[in-house]
Amino acid sequence: MATVPVAAGPPQLSTRDRWAQWARSLVVPWYNALLTACCLAVLLPGGWAVGVWAVRWARWDVVGANLRLFAVGTYPPAQAWRPLVALVLSVALAAFTGWALRRRQRRALWVAVALWLAWPAAVLGLVAPVRTSLWGGLLVTVLLSAGGIVLSFPLGVLLALGRRSRLGLVRVVCTAYIELVRGVPLVSVLFMAQLLLPLFVPGMRPDKLLRALVGITAFTAAYIAENVRGGLQGVPLGQYEAAYALGLSPAQALALVVLPQALRAVLPSIAGQFISLLKDTSLVAIMGILDLLGVARSVLAHPRWLGRQAEVYLFVGAVYWLLTYSLSRASRRLERPELHGRVE
Amino acid sequence: MRGNGNAAGMAGAGAAGGWGSRYRAWEVGAQALFALLLVLAGGLLYANLVRSLRALGLTLQFEFLSHPAGFGIAEGPAYQPGDSYARAFWVGVVNTVRVAAWGIVGATVLGTVVGVARLSSNRLVARLAVLYVESVRNVPLLLQLLFWYTAVFLNLPPVREARAWLGAIYFTQRGVYLPALRWTQAGPALEVPQLVGFNFQGGIRLSPEFAALLLGLTVYTGAFIAEVVRGAVQSVPRGQWEAAQALGLTYGQTLRKVILPQALRIIVPPLISQYLNLTKNSSLAIAVGYPDLFNVGHTILNQTGQSVPVFVLIMASYLAMSLFVSALLNLYNRRIRLVER
Repeated sequence: MATVPVAAGPPQLSTRDRWAQWARSLVVPWYNALLTACCLAVLLPGGWAVGVWAVRWARWDVVGANLRLFAVGTYPPAQAWRPLVALVLSVALAAFTGWALRRRQRRALWVAVALWLAWPAAVLGLVAPVRTSLWGGLLVTVLLSAGGIVLSFPLGVLLALGRRSRLGLVRVVCTAYIELVRGVPLVSVLFMAQLLLPLFVPGMRPDKLLRALVGITAFTAAYIAENVRGGLQGVPLGQYEAAYALGLSPAQALALVVLPQALRAVLPSIAGQFISLLKDTSLVAIMGILDLLGVARSVLAHPRWLGRQAEVYLFVGAVYWLLTYSLSRASRRLERPELHGRVE
Repeated sequence: MRGNGNAAGMAGAGAAGGWGSRYRAWEVGAQALFALLLVLAGGLLYANLVRSLRALGLTLQFEFLSHPAGFGIAEGPAYQPGDSYARAFWVGVVNTVRVAAWGIVGATVLGTVVGVARLSSNRLVARLAVLYVESVRNVPLLLQLLFWYTAVFLNLPPVREARAWLGAIYFTQRGVYLPALRWTQAGPALEVPQLVGFNFQGGIRLSPEFAALLLGLTVYTGAFIAEVVRGAVQSVPRGQWEAAQALGLTYGQTLRKVILPQALRIIVPPLISQYLNLTKNSSLAIAVGYPDLFNVGHTILNQTGQSVPVFVLIMASYLAMSLFVSALLNLYNRRIRLVER
């Protein structure tokens, strides 16, 4: 028997009707007409002025001339294939993971997980033969935020477990750490990592970029810990009890029953953390590290590009916007219920 | 916060958590081991620190705070370069509180307006609100601050060419001049800034640094608050709207008397965290040269090399402010919370 699909939700409007509804909302009732008039009174002259500036007065050549700097900083051109290969591999891996998730290919998913675990080492192995002082631009921004989230994730899970531990001392120490870090700004943590870290490990002079990564990791771990704690609290007590009834030890119950559920529930908020980390890595520019924003500042310091602040900052802002907006769109798909069922 | 059940679940079936209960033998051992590791790691780091500081000719003391600072601070409460480091730091704290307080006021107003605008039946207004929220939230705050400061406020016309907005507000390279409300013997009077010679006199001057930081923080946090407000308004059940309309309330009355009082309860906790974020984000003042507590602390650190005490001071200040703001708002939250019987 042929089945007729039943339309769900409100009746579908034709495109013309939708536009008519849109237009109607601008003028009905009377205060909407007033609002529209006020908006247009500000928007039209403002938009016109910005448009004229962007076309007539802005000198966008500063962007084209420095495109390489914005992408990889002073990374030697002969070695530019290294970050490029890393990028292609990452995109391929992400696409593969997405495919495995959508198709619920259990074996492929395990392969993907294994590859993701090996991924930081692979990327580092590809990019690292060039001195870090030559790294820059988007490359540093992406590496710092990806490295930060990968390193802070296990630390955050440990802190969250510690905060819920039955052992009083562990609980107090973990809680104190989390609250201390969450109470102070990231800049202060980054400056501490830059200035104090060398004092704590005398004899060694840790790389500037590494110090920034340590600061970012220490900071993000506290926030991830709070996310994970939320996920742990969301696992019903019955799950623990069922696990114990099956004869699992507390450690087994945690690793096999509770954590998988908790972590799956916090996946979207971890993705949100990654997105805000991507923005926050721009703070390393204050420390003189040439990430995307740092490169923008150093380009503007060049006498040839004096007075191009608006052009450069708008361009860099657009790059950040594209990255974070597309990531947040992608992460919204993580919240879809079909990804939370069992993967066969 | 920590439910009894959670702790019990972690440790074993049926065991009650908390300090009061007795620990099993392995738990005592584990804690002792943890304490030992903690002391060992802490001791090692401390020894390293003292050794490094000695190599630099420094000791871990706060005594330097009474020495004369010797550097100028562009704005804030009364201060001379001859004053002590402690006084300089205090000026920074006051400046942080000043920018954070105004920022909180501005971001709350902006966020509420935009949050309600997102729900407007006027599609243009709703679209514009979405455009604002999505474009501001997805760009780093530091970038926005640098944009406002270097591309906008430092590019304003020089003082003598400044145009009056609404007859009394001047945007110039040297800052923003606003009319001030002053109490005279004849009652309150509006004091309008006047161009006298090469500069304005009267009124209030906001330095470009302060104005850029305040605008950046307001615009950025406003976008997050708008989302908080929208979420809270949407979380009020539709039935409440319909019931209010059935009672003959107008849209404005419905919003004011039915929806917002209910939404407020949901708004307050995330609002607290946005206020705290704004306060912490004001530390980016260092990028635009506004002398907030972090910026002044950094200058003190550069002059004295006393990195550890200065960082202790900075962290303690931010923690104190965080605790103060969240205590205040928690108090308020307790008052507006739904009282069920």
